Amino acid sequence: MLASLLLVFREVLEAALIVSVVAAATRSVIGRERWISAGIGLGILGASVVALFANQIANAMSGMGQEWFNAGVLIAAVTMIGWHVVWMARHGRELATQMRSMGNDVSSGHRPMTALLIVIALAVLREGSEVVLFGYGLIASGTDIGPLLTGGILGLVCGIALGYAMYAGLLKIPMRHFFSATNGLMVLLAAGLAASAAGYFVQADVLPALIDPVWDTSSLLSDASFIGKTLHVLIGYSAAPSAMQLIFYGATVTLLLLGMRVSRLPVVRNIKTNKQVSA
Amino acid sequence: MSRLILIVTLLFSATLIAAPVSEYKLIIRDHRFVPAEITIPAKTKVKLIIINEDASPEEFESHELNREKIVTGKGRITVFVGPLKPGRYPFFGEFNPKTAQGVLIVK
Repeated sequence: MLASLLLVFREVLEAALIVSVVAAATRSVIGRERWISAGIGLGILGASVVALFANQIANAMSGMGQEWFNAGVLIAAVTMIGWHVVWMARHGRELATQMRSMGNDVSSGHRPMTALLIVIALAVLREGSEVVLFGYGLIASGTDIGPLLTGGILGLVCGIALGYAMYAGLLKIPMRHFFSATNGLMVLLAAGLAASAAGYFVQADVLPALIDPVWDTSSLLSDASFIGKTLHVLIGYSAAPSAMQLIFYGATVTLLLLGMRVSRLPVVRNIKTNKQVSA
Repeated sequence: MSRLILIVTLLFSATLIAAPVSEYKLIIRDHRFVPAEITIPAKTKVKLIIINEDASPEEFESHELNREKIVTGKGRITVFVGPLKPGRYPFFGEFNPKTAQGVLIVK
């Protein structure tokens, strides 16, 4: 029971943390529950399909299909987060102003919710497919399912609870700093995902590690520990990263910050036109 | 003729660049790694071939090696590791961590 509890907890926690960041960042969006639920639902559906075709994926790309698939999913998520943060850099200030002057629930209009739906779906798909495979293995090996199922459900509940705690914590950030804080968190989240993608490219022998590892802080904070795992999801912490991973991390941060800066430039004109439209 | 020489030279240099990577076999049986210890040379890239004889899937994982890959039931995977510094690099099966434990020794 403990084994299944821990495994399900680890996987669910990773997805739940990403969902909590997205949920917090979209606090102003009316009907966001529908978007978030749709993302989770699509992710679970996708996870089952991926687990079903695990063999075909594994054997694709001369045995490196898993690495390509994971890297592809990660890069897609990074792109979607990038789209969102760049959009928010342009519109975040007006949103914050509106929210302060008009109370809490202001629709942000045509915010790229599709991008965030995809981010959630991909996170659930990646972590969920492992849970499905694990569960399938238990059934295949003919062990008593009862206690394992109990463990799995407990793991699921604990993972969701921690995700919710993270969400509640993020909402405590003062409104003045809220969008810059969640946007900053999203940039680091995306950079961490990009570094993981680099890890898969190195594993597939597509890219060189260059230096591996650049440092090793596993004795201070191990990747396997709870805090290490949480920081891994949120800001891309890795106890022993390769140089290629650091390059991907740095490049993502640089690119997104650059994109945000460029899109922020015509912000004054933008607020004016938007006010006219809403008036 | 000169073109033929060029092609032969190119092919020859290509085989030189793609030096053969030595392979090491690792079997998963009853949720255990066999052998549980593998020794590989330092500063060399090697290919681990992991064959899962169990019906249930397993995930080969190592924080020290930065590797994570699922092996389906009765499936096999290839994992490249190295070049590595001498030392001990533990790995485990994420789906059965109680029994599936192993270590890569680099000398």
